Amino acid sequence: MTLVPPSVLAFERDFAAQRRRSRLTFLLVTAIFVTLFLITASFSDFFKVSQITLSDGSRAERWVLLAGLPRLGEYLWKTIPALSLDSLGADLANWFWRWKVWLWLLLETILIAFMATVLGCVGGFLLSFLAARNLTPGPLTLWISRRTLEIARTVPELVFALIFVFCFGAGPLAGVLAVALHTVGALGKLYSEVNENVDMRPLEGVKASGGTWFDQIRYGAVPQIMPNIISYTLLRFEINVRSSSIIGYVGAGGLGQEFRTALSYQEYTDLSALFVIILVTVTVIDWVSEKIRHHIIGLERTA
Amino acid sequence: MSASPPRPSRSGPSSALAVSPTEIAEARARLPEAFRAPLLRRLVRLGGWLAFAGLFAWCLYDFDASPERLWNGLLRLGKVLSFMFPPHIWTSWKEISEILTGLAQTLSMAFLGSLLGALIAFPLSFLGARNINRIPFLRFGVRRGFDIIRAFETLILALIFIRAFGLGPLAGVLAIAVGEIGVLAKLYAEAIENTSKKPVEGVVASGGSPLQSIRFGILPQVLPVLLSITLYNFESNVRSGTILGIVGAGGIGFLLSDRIGAYRWDEAWSIIFLIIAMVYVIDALSDYIRTRFIGHYDGTR
Repeated sequence: MTLVPPSVLAFERDFAAQRRRSRLTFLLVTAIFVTLFLITASFSDFFKVSQITLSDGSRAERWVLLAGLPRLGEYLWKTIPALSLDSLGADLANWFWRWKVWLWLLLETILIAFMATVLGCVGGFLLSFLAARNLTPGPLTLWISRRTLEIARTVPELVFALIFVFCFGAGPLAGVLAVALHTVGALGKLYSEVNENVDMRPLEGVKASGGTWFDQIRYGAVPQIMPNIISYTLLRFEINVRSSSIIGYVGAGGLGQEFRTALSYQEYTDLSALFVIILVTVTVIDWVSEKIRHHIIGLERTA
Repeated sequence: MSASPPRPSRSGPSSALAVSPTEIAEARARLPEAFRAPLLRRLVRLGGWLAFAGLFAWCLYDFDASPERLWNGLLRLGKVLSFMFPPHIWTSWKEISEILTGLAQTLSMAFLGSLLGALIAFPLSFLGARNINRIPFLRFGVRRGFDIIRAFETLILALIFIRAFGLGPLAGVLAIAVGEIGVLAKLYAEAIENTSKKPVEGVVASGGSPLQSIRFGILPQVLPVLLSITLYNFESNVRSGTILGIVGAGGIGFLLSDRIGAYRWDEAWSIIFLIIAMVYVIDALSDYIRTRFIGHYDGTR
């Protein structure tokens, strides 16, 4: 029997207690998650059983995920165009057979995003000073502007698009307004966070030399926040290009309407062509805006 | 600007005017840039603004945004908005249960999608992290894979899954899950790259295997961050879950687009109110969980 020092015994005891506690927590969290999983699975048909036709013609019950997977593979396989090396040009032309329409709609998509970003940027910029705790004229203004931004941000642009298509008729105008409204909410929040981090001393300087609230914002805050505003706006433009490419699905202009027609006419390869178009566009915009952002950051460093 | 109070100037007795014209001229000579940009830069700026204004005006023309059309649209919008008051309240249990099921489906889609996405993204993210996966081209390939998944909009994924699995929430769950794999794997990989090497070295020095070094060196550092990221994404998935129903992937969005399509605006507004309320509650809950169990972590995207 070796003598164990009491400090070691105490350590062992505490260690065992700690282990017990963390095991209990782990079990509890796991139990909560399993319960939540079962509840949500029942709501979202996760364990639904559907009928499939077997190769010998008989019907069988299968779990819906397993039943759908071959269909999914088949579907994705159909979207891949037939490209062969010796007739590549003709195959590509065949794949992008509606390229004139698509190019035009792509331009429309980008213009919708541009308009919406400009309008959203202006609106968000104006509201962001009212919604920043340190710059706001008063608590009521703060509260109202913050709730406005929150609601504009919470409602997805597709819902706005549904409403505006009814009001302004189908077409890109409804899309511009829908994306712009959502953008006001998203950008206004980001801008107001930038505003809350400004250095207040320039504003005090403007105030001390007799500037109004407006002068303080214009000459004290705006020069500080400009680089951040520009980079957030560029990021948002890219997000808006993506949303504008979707929004046509409910009739608000842009490429989205082509997705709908391709789906309803079962033009499988059109889907992959449209996807390639959007992917290339977003990649190019991503690359360009990153260059611009780095340029602006570089300017800030040298200034 | 009101006149500033007089201050003693450097030239003898204080004058009423704080800055004398000679001083202004001196300053102008010393710092010409502070008063006026050079001609070329001004021209470039003017050209930029003109191009911008021209593009904007052309868009207005191309999109047929005539004042008349805008005005008529706003009038219709006002009419539509007037249905907000008094708010429509469902009376029969059948209608109430339909709406509640829609909300529950949206929440379920967001939860299950985030959970499945997180479970699959977790092992994948180690392959995309520089400090775990030391084979450059493999890591690069995995990262590009995440980018490609992220290029698919959730809505487009939902359309694809509806074709394979039929209408209903399951397509929405899978759309959210697949989209989430791309987003979470990227964010997880970045979080793993930001860990400290010291605990890992400690585990290796006391004879731990590579797997143990990840389990006891990296996981304790990174787990709170991963949970926080996942919670944020769950919140944003609740938001995007509302629109998946519009294309037929179950949830409250289906009911909303159905009501708007039938011009039942009073019910549509009530559903929008409920969506906003649900998002609020979920945000508050996840905020509570974050502050209570996870600790502070600022921002993901």
